[in-house]
Amino acid sequence: MVSDVRLAADIGGTFTDVALEARTGEEHHQRWTAKVLTTPRAPEQGVLEGVRVVLEKAGLAAGDLSLVIHGTTLATNALIERKGARTALITTEGFRDVLALGNESRYDQYDLNISLPEPLVPRRWRLPVPERLDNTGKVLRPLDEAALRALVPVLRKESIEAIAVGFLHAFVNPAHERRAAAILAEELPGIPVSLSSEVSPEMREWERFSTTAANAYVQPLMASYLGRLEDGLRAMGMTAPLFLMLSGGGLTTIATAARFPIRLVESGPAGGAIFSAHVARQRGLSHVLSFDMGGTTAKVCLIDNFAPQASRTFEVARVGRFRKGSGLPLRIPVIEMVEIGAGGGSLAHLDSLGRIQVGPESAGADPGPACYGRGGTSPAVTDANLLLGRYDPESFAGGSLRLDVKASEAAVTTNVGQGLGLEPGMAALGIVEVVDENMANAARVHAIESAKSYEGRAIIAFGGGGPVHGCRVAEKIGVDRILVPSGAGVGSAIGFLRAPVAYEVVRSLYTRFASFDLVGVNALLADMAAEASSVVAQGSFGAETTEARIAYMRYVGQGHEIAVPLPTRELTSEDVASIRAAYDAEYARFYDRPVPGSDVEVLSFAVTVATVIEKVLPAAEVTDAPGPAPIRTQRVRDTASGQVADWAIYDRTAMAPGAVVTGPCIVAEAETSTLVGPGWTCRMDGLGYLELVKEAA
Amino acid sequence: MDAMQAINRQIQWNRLIAVVEEQAQTMIRTAFSTTVREAGDLSAGIFDLQGRMMAQAVTGTPGHVNSMAESVGHFLAKFPAHIMKPGDHYITNDPWLGTGHLHDLTVVTPAFHDGKIIGLFANTAHIIDIGGLGMGPEGRSVFEEGLYIPIVKCFDEGRANETFFDILRAGSRTPVELEGDVYSLCACNDAGARRLAEMMAEYRMDSLDDLANFIFESSLRATLSEIAKLPLGRHSAEIRSDGYEAPVTLKAAMEVKEDGIEVDFAGTSGLSTRGINVPPAYCRAYSCFGIKCVVAPEIPNNWASLLPFRMSIPEGCILNAPRPYPVSVRHVVGQLLPDLMMGCLEGFVPDRVNAEGSSALWNPPLRGGAQVSGQAAEVDDFEIITFNSGGTGARPGKDGLDGIAFPSGVRTMPVEATENVAPVIFWRKELRPDSAGPGRTRGGFGQIMEISAKNDAEFAVNAIFDRVANPPKGRQGGGNGAGGWVGLNDPNGTVLRTKGFQIVPKGRHLVLKLPGGGGMGDPRTRDRALVERDVADGLLTPEAARREYGY
Repeated sequence: MVSDVRLAADIGGTFTDVALEARTGEEHHQRWTAKVLTTPRAPEQGVLEGVRVVLEKAGLAAGDLSLVIHGTTLATNALIERKGARTALITTEGFRDVLALGNESRYDQYDLNISLPEPLVPRRWRLPVPERLDNTGKVLRPLDEAALRALVPVLRKESIEAIAVGFLHAFVNPAHERRAAAILAEELPGIPVSLSSEVSPEMREWERFSTTAANAYVQPLMASYLGRLEDGLRAMGMTAPLFLMLSGGGLTTIATAARFPIRLVESGPAGGAIFSAHVARQRGLSHVLSFDMGGTTAKVCLIDNFAPQASRTFEVARVGRFRKGSGLPLRIPVIEMVEIGAGGGSLAHLDSLGRIQVGPESAGADPGPACYGRGGTSPAVTDANLLLGRYDPESFAGGSLRLDVKASEAAVTTNVGQGLGLEPGMAALGIVEVVDENMANAARVHAIESAKSYEGRAIIAFGGGGPVHGCRVAEKIGVDRILVPSGAGVGSAIGFLRAPVAYEVVRSLYTRFASFDLVGVNALLADMAAEASSVVAQGSFGAETTEARIAYMRYVGQGHEIAVPLPTRELTSEDVASIRAAYDAEYARFYDRPVPGSDVEVLSFAVTVATVIEKVLPAAEVTDAPGPAPIRTQRVRDTASGQVADWAIYDRTAMAPGAVVTGPCIVAEAETSTLVGPGWTCRMDGLGYLELVKEAA
Repeated sequence: MDAMQAINRQIQWNRLIAVVEEQAQTMIRTAFSTTVREAGDLSAGIFDLQGRMMAQAVTGTPGHVNSMAESVGHFLAKFPAHIMKPGDHYITNDPWLGTGHLHDLTVVTPAFHDGKIIGLFANTAHIIDIGGLGMGPEGRSVFEEGLYIPIVKCFDEGRANETFFDILRAGSRTPVELEGDVYSLCACNDAGARRLAEMMAEYRMDSLDDLANFIFESSLRATLSEIAKLPLGRHSAEIRSDGYEAPVTLKAAMEVKEDGIEVDFAGTSGLSTRGINVPPAYCRAYSCFGIKCVVAPEIPNNWASLLPFRMSIPEGCILNAPRPYPVSVRHVVGQLLPDLMMGCLEGFVPDRVNAEGSSALWNPPLRGGAQVSGQAAEVDDFEIITFNSGGTGARPGKDGLDGIAFPSGVRTMPVEATENVAPVIFWRKELRPDSAGPGRTRGGFGQIMEISAKNDAEFAVNAIFDRVANPPKGRQGGGNGAGGWVGLNDPNGTVLRTKGFQIVPKGRHLVLKLPGGGGMGDPRTRDRALVERDVADGLLTPEAARREYGY
């Protein structure tokens, strides 16, 4: 008897993935998945099609669904392609150009020809009004309401579709912004207004205004899309509630999503991280690195104690080769991850020093890597993998695409091999080593920035490239255990099914420990907890929730804050000392030693309310069994040693739980191949996941 | 050498660059001075045992980078590698052994592997206060400019040199931040050293020599091949700076040869009595940077890639200040050097250089409280500097950038953050209409800033501004950018001096109009849609559009 049927849909750049899970009783999950082409012009069409396909596979009707969860890159795409609303920014007089000036810096020191991202709101629609608060929220200049009303004809004439309001220090005192919103609602009913004190109530005007402008910019588009999607699903007979995946890893209602659509930008990658967290939980792995390598980028994310790391800074729509600082800053709750331009389609070339460089330029789907035979002449990582013998040209992507080895060879030789005097196999090795090193470097930086290490950590590898490159990346960062879960092709959608209903509220309140504002902090935290709870209550249907409180703290004068957990209750004066001690300990964990003699300041607080994550049943123990017979052997070049040898190729579907195969070998499946390097063994666990372990050298 | 080795050395080179980047990021996260953590006024690098820089962090600012490259040799001359021990850290702020003024601390740390010293990590950071007169041009010798730290050991085998820290704390207005910064500089070198040891273990390396030679050979070869793309010959250029007591002329003649580029600064003005003088390492740093941006921007900075750029700087000229001439604000002259270099390079490759820009940072050092007003002070003591910029020069194919730092690599602080650390109010900080030099591609726009103390109290500015009487020039038919302006918001529009300590009286605001970049090419050939856009955006007045563009 089916008790609970959940469906998740993830719109990606190329494909829309749908996963459906039916639960019969405690133990039994059954899952169906579908992959359909994304329909960029009307994305809901792709989703509806995917839902139809997966329901048909499962033999269920739309009315059987008990929950539908959705994530989409639509907001991100609108920002990248600049297809959002005609947006105005009402701002403090004297500060019209905050969006244009940014932090007055270049993201590349030596390139004289860099372009900076154009602000989402052009100067003619950045409209100043007299008003000014100081840093304590005191009014230095009252809001000039007549001046604001005088802008209305301009907004009408320019057919403005969305309005952002950003005043200096409004996160301390939102009165002027709220009054402006009331006037605009009166004068221009129906035009959505985003306030910086609501969208991103934190210090730093550029980041706050940028986030607010982006929210306004995508709001009309997202509201209309979400409406169409919901209508479409209802027309199919769906009665279940529809939830949206947030970039911070939680789920929220359509109403909240429509109000703060900017919080949806990174929902796909967030789903991937939640997927990894779930796999880690199933296997009881408390320290893992989620490693998702796709066609154009690789994403790495540290997950400790089954929770992806949270962050509040993010950059979208980078214009300079994925360079930090070349995008629009967003200050919203996100899952902390590093994304770099390293994927199967990333192109290799030699720079002016004769060094191999890989990415971030990508072959994309068209023409694709040279081996696709669609006219690509630049060597992609996929070409290099092919020349190393890692793919069977006849059965790539389930045999749907026959790979052209000759084309790969020509591309690698012309662009890399000749310049270095290397034969194609070694040139291919060079390309793959460079891309593996790039990913390992990104992983190292990520760990350093989080003050974490790779000792005792496992990698969870997915995406088309993760299982192929996992071993070598693991060796480079000193990891000796890799898990390749099943369903990795639709990982994000599966992740959506595991996400809690959650909402995070962040607010700034400056206080120093020497004169801790206990009353003010307690009032703020209570207020924030109430706000987060009320958002979650709309979608939790009375489910049990948990609350987490965090203070972002630093030594007075420093610039980088550290997150310190707070007790989830009213704080007392005794707590102040223990929070301070917790800060010192956390600081020392990051930087070896605390700093003597410094007071500590708090800049902001975060409160997250989430439904309790459902329990995971422990994986069934299985006894070792011999592996299946190899389906054939292939000549494969090992990238660590350069040696070419015959590697056994196994069919993943022929492996049973407990089956062990020994590296070097390759476990092939339709969507990817798991490469088991020399010195590694691979065992299928009770969940059907591949577990690779490196023997101690 | 086999193919595998060749590939591994490339990987190791990449790794080394990642290691120094980690070093720089650690500094930014742990530093106390806003100049480091917010502005990014720092650099980090790894050196071989001969003091040759092997790799340098991408993060950082050019004035530090290239001068720090010279600095490590001075440390080794005083403390040879064989006497260095694990846990040692060495420090200086000597302008002639480091990066050109007392506000920059340079820390050098030996790195060990298998008990053997294998290399050195160095970093430099601009700290917020080092005592003395404070950041500004008013000193008449370096002794007035602050606490002078010769090359000394600040940590001895992991133990803090408490005598050193006592003296350091006593000499600064911001002792806690300064001490914290020194700890941070040492910690970031340690982070680099740890990561290097891991790499050496992974690749079973026992020295960096082979890798160093590979990096140096590749870099030198690549740099020379980029130089070979320039026509041989000699071109010269000249720039005028407002100076302190008198205008300053910077002159350079550049000769492109087969084995390098030589620059001779003969004809440059003599020394100033005030702190705008430039120590020679800083002159070489920004000159090299200017040339490299045009000639070989892709080649990573290291000892060998800087080798083909040779400078001849006559003694006694403002670009070769001897000790103890004052040098505190050497950037205000030094940051014009890339424009001067591009002036020379225009003779060789006119389609690869930019027009002149605002160039020297407009960073107003602001001070208030008892240090300015004595017992009449109405606000708490404060000392703050923000990093702001005018427009950059037009580029051959693109407009200049509006209010963006070049050649400096620093960032500015948010106004909200500044107002939280000091009792100041910024009343205005926005683009300055009609300031961009007209051209087929125009310069970047400057900014207007208007600043007061809280409650309109009295405060002071230690002005370090340039390009006021001598605005950024256009090239190839492009017009000049607007010159800067420094003054008060009173009805008479009182003008302040561009350099030196001045009071902003109670009730007044400081007004800064930052220069715009020069334009490039005939303005009449500019795309009319772009002129129209600037008019619609209120950046170009209709009168200026008509006058400059015939619009």
